[in-house]
Amino acid sequence: MGHFVIFACTDPQTLSGLSWLTCYLTTGKHLAFYGAFGTVLLLLAVTAPAAMAFGFGGAMAARSRILPLSWLGRGYIAIVRGVPDIAFFLFFVIALDQGIEYLRHKIKCPDWDEPLRQGSDFIVCQAAKMPLGNSPQWIHEAYGFSLAVLTFAIVFGAFSANVLYGAMRAVPHAQLETAEAYGMSPRQTFWRVLVPQMWVYALPGLGNLWMVLIKATPLLFLLGVEDIVYWARELGGAKTPRFTDFPHPDWRMWYFLALLVFYLCFTRVSEIVLDRIMRRLTRGQATAGGEAQRKALT
Amino acid sequence: MKKLLLATAALALSTGFAMADAHGKTIRMGTEGAYPPYNFLNDAGEVDGFEREVGDELCARAELTCEWVTNEWDSIIPNLTSGNYDTIIAGMSITDAREEVIDFTQNYFPPAASAYAAKSADADIAGGVVAAQTSTIQAGHVAESGATLLEFATYDETVAAVNNGEADAVFADKDALAPTVEESAGALMFVGDDVPLGGGIGLGLRESDTELKDKFNAAIQSMKDDGSLNKLIIKWFGEGAKTF
Repeated sequence: MGHFVIFACTDPQTLSGLSWLTCYLTTGKHLAFYGAFGTVLLLLAVTAPAAMAFGFGGAMAARSRILPLSWLGRGYIAIVRGVPDIAFFLFFVIALDQGIEYLRHKIKCPDWDEPLRQGSDFIVCQAAKMPLGNSPQWIHEAYGFSLAVLTFAIVFGAFSANVLYGAMRAVPHAQLETAEAYGMSPRQTFWRVLVPQMWVYALPGLGNLWMVLIKATPLLFLLGVEDIVYWARELGGAKTPRFTDFPHPDWRMWYFLALLVFYLCFTRVSEIVLDRIMRRLTRGQATAGGEAQRKALT
Repeated sequence: MKKLLLATAALALSTGFAMADAHGKTIRMGTEGAYPPYNFLNDAGEVDGFEREVGDELCARAELTCEWVTNEWDSIIPNLTSGNYDTIIAGMSITDAREEVIDFTQNYFPPAASAYAAKSADADIAGGVVAAQTSTIQAGHVAESGATLLEFATYDETVAAVNNGEADAVFADKDALAPTVEESAGALMFVGDDVPLGGGIGLGLRESDTELKDKFNAAIQSMKDDGSLNKLIIKWFGEGAKTF
């Protein structure tokens, strides 16, 4: 038999040093904390493409020749960019939730006779509740998370719309005129000439947005999603022996330090990836970067 | 035959809906999870504490299916009125100002004293800087007392503010402060006189939820009558705690 130290986490008062730490870092609460990192990464993975879609739509609308559509695009960009994020997050999530419940209420309970607003209460029939009152907790959490993703996508979509709109205008006009001279329709010019060339102009702005989005994920906490900041604060707070097997003084500083390291590493990795994409996109482009690449090759 | 089938189906459906509205509903219990011993998250990350035990017992007596959810203290009332959960069971004192927005059941915890805790016995609680949790009766009291109010989102942060010298004293429910002071090994002590505030702690409910309120009121009354509520109070707050 080797000298394995066998310990169980059932009686942490008897433990010390590394074995105490091992038990401490594997409590159910800590596992929830680690899971929250997954929540943040999932949010980013879903939000980034969704925000791009909103941005692309917004930019296309803004440069449309149909006037009302152009107003819509420009209005979307101006309003969302002008309102503070926090105000928008708090307002939009509540408004969206009540809007969905209101519509479902109108469809599912047409013969309801009580008013929907009674004082400060917002009341819809049970069948219209989103999610249903009897659905399990994970559905409530998934619903809250989806609302958060949608809100993030709308807010960051407006910023990326602005970036893409600028990038579309930055593509040399001569390129578009040449396409037209070849007999391409406006739609063909847009998809075959403009869009492939605009990315190189959009990427610095989009990369910037991605960095801001990473840093904005703690806003999840405002939307009631238990993210890493929530758990760091909860776990780091001083714990007295009466309410936990693992009492400790105020350790919030260490938990926040861990978050700082996480965010720094994540943004560093993003920078490296963005640099690679930029190098790839500049290849063969009529920009200073593309010119430099050509010279390096010859 | 076909008609009969349809009729039974319709009947089954409609009774099904009626059942869903009255009994199938899960009551979502909203709490803060950061105010021991009233409510806190245990090592497994579950809601624990005095209110967890009281709440589970109340639900059992009222024959309700209950589920626990946590919410920030700051937005705990708006999220109740907009229907994200059905009750607030979070050490919330019954006050007139809150009664205007939500309803309370009868109290399940008697009107208790609030107290000041500080690092030294001569801390200036009348004119110095006093920390309290945002939107609590204690914060309201400090604001009126002439001391400078320093507000924090959680109870933990109010105590931390005293420990790191940012505030001269913290003002909170005495029952929440007692374990903190006890475990601090002399670093913290109670200062000044206790202050009775509020009308005890009750379950917060939407004003329109009168049926639920009646059920919980009856359950609380039965726990008061058979002494089980007092037993839980003594279990979580010690022999010296005020009982019914």
